[in-house]
Amino acid sequence: MAEILLKAEKISKEFSGVRVLNNIDFQIEKGKIFGIIGENGAGKSTLIKIISGIYHATSGELYFEGEKASIKSPQSAKEIGISTIPQEFNLIPELNVFENIFLGKEYVRKNGLLDKKLMVEKTRELMDELKTDISPFARISDLSVAQKQMVEFAKALAYESKLLIMDEPSTVLTQNEIEVLFSIVKRLKEKNVSIIYISHKLKEIKELCDEFMVLRDGELIAVKKTSESDEQEMATLMVGRELSQIFPEKVKPEDEIVLKVETISVDGLLRDVSFELRKGEILGFSGLVGSGRTELAEAIIGVRKRSGGRIFKNGKELKIRTSLDAVNNKIAYLSEDRQGIGILTNYGVTENITLTSLRNYSRILINHRKEREKAEFYVKEFDIKAASLKTKLEFFSGGNQQKVSLAKSLDTQPDIFIIDEPTRGIDVNAKREIYFFIKKLVEDGISCIIISSEMEEIIGMCNRVVVMRNGRISGVIEERDISEQEIMFYATGIKGVA
Amino acid sequence: MNLIKSLKKFNYEKYGPLIALAVLFIISAITSPYFLKTRNLLNILRQVSYTGIIGLGMTFVIIGGGIDLSVGSMTALIGGLTILVLNSAGGGVGAIVLAILVAVLIGAAVGAANGIVITKARVAPFIVTLGTMAIFRSLTLYISGAGEFRSTSNIYPELGMGSFLEIPIPVWIFGILAFVSWLILNHTRYGRYICAVGSNEKVADYSAINVNRVKFISYIIVGIATAITAVLLSSRLNSISSSNAGVNYEMDAIAAVIIGGTAMSGGSGTIIGTVIGAIILGIVNNMLNMLGVSPYLQGTVKGLVIIGAVLIQRKKK
Repeated sequence: MAEILLKAEKISKEFSGVRVLNNIDFQIEKGKIFGIIGENGAGKSTLIKIISGIYHATSGELYFEGEKASIKSPQSAKEIGISTIPQEFNLIPELNVFENIFLGKEYVRKNGLLDKKLMVEKTRELMDELKTDISPFARISDLSVAQKQMVEFAKALAYESKLLIMDEPSTVLTQNEIEVLFSIVKRLKEKNVSIIYISHKLKEIKELCDEFMVLRDGELIAVKKTSESDEQEMATLMVGRELSQIFPEKVKPEDEIVLKVETISVDGLLRDVSFELRKGEILGFSGLVGSGRTELAEAIIGVRKRSGGRIFKNGKELKIRTSLDAVNNKIAYLSEDRQGIGILTNYGVTENITLTSLRNYSRILINHRKEREKAEFYVKEFDIKAASLKTKLEFFSGGNQQKVSLAKSLDTQPDIFIIDEPTRGIDVNAKREIYFFIKKLVEDGISCIIISSEMEEIIGMCNRVVVMRNGRISGVIEERDISEQEIMFYATGIKGVA
Repeated sequence: MNLIKSLKKFNYEKYGPLIALAVLFIISAITSPYFLKTRNLLNILRQVSYTGIIGLGMTFVIIGGGIDLSVGSMTALIGGLTILVLNSAGGGVGAIVLAILVAVLIGAAVGAANGIVITKARVAPFIVTLGTMAIFRSLTLYISGAGEFRSTSNIYPELGMGSFLEIPIPVWIFGILAFVSWLILNHTRYGRYICAVGSNEKVADYSAINVNRVKFISYIIVGIATAITAVLLSSRLNSISSSNAGVNYEMDAIAAVIIGGTAMSGGSGTIIGTVIGAIILGIVNNMLNMLGVSPYLQGTVKGLVIIGAVLIQRKKK
């Protein structure tokens, strides 16, 4: 029997009388990877926030290395050896790597000045340990998402953490970067660090974790050894019922071409990108992060300046210079960055849904009743779980926020809908719902472009797949040929133009 | 127990300024028998109208994530120019109407100048309006030779001094403009857009909102509001002092907005809050005068009220 690092006894948490965690018991052994799965709102985030000192349990006890631990703040959690790699990184963009790593615990020389040399040296050691070559002097704002995550890792290592909590670490990474992440996690494990790993991707849980815990509606459903379970069982435990088909059946598109993009370029990002979209088609855009997929969408809808190229809709050339032009031409875009670009988190459902389409609700004054009725319609149609239409979206789960985003885009009544990462960071059930909404859209004659880093999504949903690489289209794959291997060949440059 | 619960649930964000006003009102009524006299109350209202009107415009600017420090100097500049127009047009009723129109146009124009530099040249609003604050004051001093703009009209003062149905005309105008501002903020597209821009510019941009235009218009709004204040002030005194008129108006206008619960970071706020904020400042001033507190100390109290208001609002969250 291995040594127990963390033990939780009857942890409960209430928010203004509502119980979100109910008597959770579990223990994590030293040097083990412990997965936590559950749908959005199951209580995963609340639980790790209690462990990392952001929240305090209403009742129950935590024991760390056999001793009762009173974790008052994230700082006190770090001091006893619990670090978190958050979903949204906690780095200061204007500072460089070593300044971020030692933020709040800088080495100081005897004369009271900062010992930069020592900090830089230590940072180099940490980066070596992580087998990455990020310069200690690089500015955070110049780093890629994966590199920022590395810096977070280095930060955790600098604290000599015994328990590392990782909340959905892989959602922002490409396939290659995920492999690097996995190797780091495994190396940490060898160093006897315990890891709590939260993910919606059951494949990762299966591959990486020794044990996993399932939460549902604040209740502990099961703790199992990964070796004795499979993804099917995990999914079933999470939703509490047998999962039916997650992807709807594909619909055959019409021959009519609704959108034709000709040799679009954006300085330094896109070169001569051309493709066609058919009526009622779901066209997938695949490729590694940084291959220019989102930039292409932004160039089409006018928020990114094009240096060349033309766009035709139903044979007519469009002049799109601003996002308003795109809306007027019935082209909608749903951003991958839900909270940064998609929705106003400090406003309610109604204000968000009608933000882009507000012209349809007002002459001089806004018709509040019409607006509210439309919001109610979408809440029902998309099964949005909202306490009220006025509840601020910051209190919504990711899945419900995404549904509001979807409603917001759809309320402009688009013919062409570009959806960037339609299901990023949302749970299986909400994913399935969103896939079926998209199917309903194409049945109603809307043509969709799905940009996605999730292979299964691309394979399960799309009629054709465009693969991008280095700002260019490296290949277009027809429905009968779509496979993970084929996409990766084009994405990595083994096949196609590069 | 129930009382405590319902107190906890109580929406302080929404009613906080109103409660503060009520408490202040009651305290004032108890401490000074003169406070509740109609004359005194109307006097307070008239005094707060000038910066209150600017505060209405400032509410839009601050909700949109900006700030305008130039409104005090702008008041002097526009007030002075208004008197020049009035004098050269003869000082009759027609001249007054013309002067008012010119004032509003100048207000819109200088507001637009602030707005253009802020949105097109992308200079921080604080910097731009700090600069124009100096420019407007200096122009006013230069035009008047550092003296006073004196109106030759003998009917012009009736605008700022007069009353309608017992209520001073500036108070009427403050009330009407407050209603119009409320209408714009809560019931028009523009109002929704300025909130969106202040909450998250990127979301606004991707939602087909012309972010720059929305911000630009907010500076025109505050310019027009300032012009109206300039007209009322110049007519009340029938003159404008180039060095003293409008001094610290920007502070009082911003303070009214902040005390009224609008966040400095932008994104949301209310017109009624700004009106209440202006009145709170007015009552504080009035009470300090009646209690015989040294005028030199009144600024200290005002400062404490502003800081206290923000502290209380932060606590609720």
